[in-house]
Amino acid sequence: MNFPEIQSKANADWKGLWESDKPLIMVGLATCGRAAGGNATMAAIKDELAQRGIEANVISVGCVGMCYLEPLVDIVKPGRPRISYSHITREKVPELIEDYLVNDNPRPDLAVGTIGEDSVEGIPKFWELPMLKPQVRIALRNCGMIDPENIYHYIAQGGYSGLTRALGMSQEDVIGEVEKSGLRGRGGAGFPTWRKWKEANRSKATPKFVVCNADEGDPGAFMDRSVLEGDPHAVLEGMALAGYSIGTPNGYIYCRAEYPLAVKRLNIAIQQAKELNLLGENIQGSDFSFDVQIMQGAGAFVCGEGSALMYSIEGKRGMPRVRPPRSVESGLWGLPTSLNNVETFANVPSIIVKGGDWFAGYGTETGKGTKTFALTGKINRPGLIEVPMGITLREIVYDIGGGIPEDKPFKAVQTGGPSGGCLPADLLDTPVDYETLTKAGSIMGSGGMVIMDTDTCMIDVARYFLAFCVEESCGKCVPCREGLPLMLDILERISQGNGQPDDIERLQQMGKTIIGGALCGLGTSAPNPVLSSIRYFREEWEAHIRDKRCPAMVCKDLFHYEILSKRCVACHRCLWSCPTKAITGHSLEAPVINQARCTRCGTCVTVCPARVSPIAKYTGKGIATSDEPQALEEVTVHG
Amino acid sequence: MNTAVELRDEIRETIEPLRGRQIVLIPALQAVQEKFGYLPTEAFEEIGELANVSANTAYGVASFYAQFRFVKPGEHMVKVCLGTACHVCGSSRIVDALERELNIKEGETTEDEKFSLESVRCFGSCALAPVMVVDDEVYGQVTGPKALDILKKYQ
Repeated sequence: MNFPEIQSKANADWKGLWESDKPLIMVGLATCGRAAGGNATMAAIKDELAQRGIEANVISVGCVGMCYLEPLVDIVKPGRPRISYSHITREKVPELIEDYLVNDNPRPDLAVGTIGEDSVEGIPKFWELPMLKPQVRIALRNCGMIDPENIYHYIAQGGYSGLTRALGMSQEDVIGEVEKSGLRGRGGAGFPTWRKWKEANRSKATPKFVVCNADEGDPGAFMDRSVLEGDPHAVLEGMALAGYSIGTPNGYIYCRAEYPLAVKRLNIAIQQAKELNLLGENIQGSDFSFDVQIMQGAGAFVCGEGSALMYSIEGKRGMPRVRPPRSVESGLWGLPTSLNNVETFANVPSIIVKGGDWFAGYGTETGKGTKTFALTGKINRPGLIEVPMGITLREIVYDIGGGIPEDKPFKAVQTGGPSGGCLPADLLDTPVDYETLTKAGSIMGSGGMVIMDTDTCMIDVARYFLAFCVEESCGKCVPCREGLPLMLDILERISQGNGQPDDIERLQQMGKTIIGGALCGLGTSAPNPVLSSIRYFREEWEAHIRDKRCPAMVCKDLFHYEILSKRCVACHRCLWSCPTKAITGHSLEAPVINQARCTRCGTCVTVCPARVSPIAKYTGKGIATSDEPQALEEVTVHG
Repeated sequence: MNTAVELRDEIRETIEPLRGRQIVLIPALQAVQEKFGYLPTEAFEEIGELANVSANTAYGVASFYAQFRFVKPGEHMVKVCLGTACHVCGSSRIVDALERELNIKEGETTEDEKFSLESVRCFGSCALAPVMVVDDEVYGQVTGPKALDILKKYQ
């Protein structure tokens, strides 16, 4: 089949699915959907349909990004728009099928929104929902919309027409289109994509390589995983376009070992694309050949760094080397290599089809297009989002994310993971852009965005990221290997209430030294979370050091629990469930916590009936034993 | 129980399909771990021979990466996510509760070889934080007491 024939088959298949007289049921089965019980939902749907003798087309789709609504099930009935239903667990399947498929009641109470031109009474339009309205979907355009294991679905959305179009263009023109778009590396560093491609193109040495960095190591980010699981062909097409621009048939994807589903779907996608001659030898009768191999990483954060990643592909320890030379000059096996991130590649096909100017129409002067973020932490609507560059943090947190649970005050937003920083509430109007975030003391990063409320301790967060970097340091250069553990020692001391008055200055000094001296991106950015935290939350650091107080009551050595006898109903659930037997008391009396035995595990708070909430947390003076909790500085009552 | 000879044969059989490939070492380590659940000492010589490096180098590479285990894991693998979102939502308390209940430390296996406890940096299920995974089953919004209830299902 030539490409127009493939396209017409894809369009006919797609139309057939939507205009069929059988209902179409789509279940979100990316990792997040599966974790919420999507597989059980899928099985229950198939069982229920079989039992009732209903014929329907049932397919699985990727992640639309609304993780807080999983498992998501979409139903298209003939003549009706697509209706998206949330929280469809196994138990809810029979009632949904009976009500909607059998009795034609679209159940607005279970529905999230409708997708399509028509509407259904009582159900809002999906793309008009507060979480989705500010979003612009380019990299995520197909995620949750198509079956990622069916190449024809991708082609029916315009897939691979960028590649076939490029085959009729010169290499310079393809690179020129990417240059016009202003696309910069979405892995976080923001290097202009076209420049990388142009340099690799000019390089005389052969063979050359195109490598996709899918080693998403930021512990709190899952954008790349969702793209690979929901729309693997977009990444493959982007890689093929890079291969064409550079002039190489060799593509590699370095994928995190923790993403088995992504690897499985990529393998299926590569196979399907080869069968249709959209990858492989002489693609669509042209001179251009391109093949993609998958290399699974083995769990090392540092392998997200370019040179370490390439050593890892070569089968060595992933230890970065001194740069220059950059990888476009000397990459995989010492040969010219263009290394780009998953999201970068996923953007390219649309740029070729719709033009660089169209893409550059979104975003700011220095940051064109859109950026995906994994929005998590203390937020009402966690999930995967894609927003135009230049949107403010406030819009992301409050309009898209729906604010903080229980209306607690916003405290900080962390971007860039272990290499980034925490920004406080008064910087919420900062526009999201590579330069503005760097200026504010954080970084764009690959797209992890963790929201924190007043129950989050900034010293604890800084310690968490630093401990992560200590564990992940490859050990090659001294500032990172030796300096980071020394910084961590100080942080641990502070969180235990043993901070010294000059610790803050000492940390700043050490951070500066490590940033100046470390070899690679991991080391030079590892002090960022600590430094930005000191910059914006100095009072909290001083409270820990000077007053031995943890205002968020997270640092275990700086707070304690007490049972308020006036409120306690003496049910003794806490007493029976305390793992260290620190709670004692007689029946009909409020029990008492033995502070010396208590490990602050919080089990008592979890098992205590919420309506009475007699367990209070205290921080401040007289931590070990206190007879007069009222005299203490901070009092928070759980519940 | 396999004899050492049988074990070596089995390792060789597992990695043989990779012979002649451009990228061998890490995929071979992964294949052996996939098959045995860990990397037996015998594997390094065999893999080294295949990848044309010394057993020492093969071990050196394996020990660099967090994925590889060098002791046999227990029947059930309990993993607690310590990614940023899970950490902020209190996942270290899950680890504490499990360590106490199983009487082992993170990275260890119980004496009866029933459970191994590991921590992982992000499963990418951040919206369900804090997350715990037993074998392949994912549990979301876990607390200390809930973790112990989950454990009971596997006892």
